[in-house]
Amino acid sequence: MPSVNPFAVAGASLPVDFLQVFLVVMVLAVVAGTLFDIVHKGSARYFFANMRKAKDKGRPLGGGELVSIAVQTAVVDVLASGEFCNHKRRVAHLLGMYGFVLYVVATAVMVFRYPTTATPPAIWPLLWWIGALMVLVGGYWFWFFIRVDVAAEGHSPFSLVKADLFVLSLLASVTLGVVWAAAGGGVGLLFWLYIIATIVLFGGVPWSKFAHMFFKPAAAFEKRVSRADGTAENLPTQTRDDPEQRKRHSMELMRDAPMDMGLGIKREAPRHY
Amino acid sequence: MPTFVYMTRCDGCGHCVDICPSDIMHIDPTYRRAYNIEPNMCWECYSCVKACPQHAIDVRGYADFAPLGHSVRVDRDERKGTIAWKIKFRDGTEKNFLSPITTKPWGTAIPKLADVPGPSSEMRESQLLYNEPKYIRLDEGGLRTLEDAGLKLKKGVYY
Repeated sequence: MPSVNPFAVAGASLPVDFLQVFLVVMVLAVVAGTLFDIVHKGSARYFFANMRKAKDKGRPLGGGELVSIAVQTAVVDVLASGEFCNHKRRVAHLLGMYGFVLYVVATAVMVFRYPTTATPPAIWPLLWWIGALMVLVGGYWFWFFIRVDVAAEGHSPFSLVKADLFVLSLLASVTLGVVWAAAGGGVGLLFWLYIIATIVLFGGVPWSKFAHMFFKPAAAFEKRVSRADGTAENLPTQTRDDPEQRKRHSMELMRDAPMDMGLGIKREAPRHY
Repeated sequence: MPTFVYMTRCDGCGHCVDICPSDIMHIDPTYRRAYNIEPNMCWECYSCVKACPQHAIDVRGYADFAPLGHSVRVDRDERKGTIAWKIKFRDGTEKNFLSPITTKPWGTAIPKLADVPGPSSEMRESQLLYNEPKYIRLDEGGLRTLEDAGLKLKKGVYY
């Protein structure tokens, strides 16, 4: 099963190039949906206005510094999901993110490169399965245990709201894809349900949080820039690391305290609702 | 001066929901981000502002009380055991403060109440609560009373 290209099996019963055209339409839907989202919510305008405002107030940054910040953003915030303070959410997000990338890349390779080959090089179907299973593990773990209204508000995991459109359509699409592929990959009810769930996932971008994968890195970059130029989003920047601050009268009682006091309220997960 | 949440910064971690003593910080059912459900019941204790790891919560001053241009921002760094404040006045004056939250590592100064021997029958009969009068006056003297302070009970006066 993990060595079979389910798209080639289905493609044999579908009009020529159906799956290739479908994939291209989905990519266009994501691009159009993201652009609409940016214009509709004004997120890009807000982002650039913030950048301009901070530029007038803060220390000017050189090109080298900006490149270094961009690399840090890419490595820490994007590739390692560094924004999350809750390690469970971070692991679930990494599973979902890398799983989704593997799943999408393997799908594209099997659909475009091996459209009629039922047994392509074993690595591609294997990556497709690994990616799909990573999405399912991360996604269902998030859905049933980690998401905030379940963890912090005590709501039932089965209560659905519009904000769930992205994660639910992703889980529906991948779950149906896995079940369809496990059942042999033909063109039956499962296949069409898989297609419908995929259309909802990629076509629902303007109404879901799908576009977060584009604007979150921009927000993380802006945050790092504001720390580097001294504006720090208007937050205080004094810390005990500075020996001058340790001499303050208010810090007298901490003279012998260790520099790392351990975790306080963050020792426990916030679930005391 | 109720709190409000910058939705773009909030990642829905739930710390503000957990800590709010008024139980008015909740998760928005549409966007799944935190919001203040009842701003007029907020007593500006700043608990959520300090607890938010993303600095996504701020306090809005009423325009008649704190006109435009001021800001009060706080950073609670529990690993360092400090809390830092940055106050900006309307005329551009800026004041920065840094203070300890605790002077001992977290969790090391918790009273070990389980190890304390149970109260005697005399202590049970007494009006004093656990560790009184020790905990209510810093010197080793007796219980502070109205008579000590040269006062007398008067009808109609709340002490």
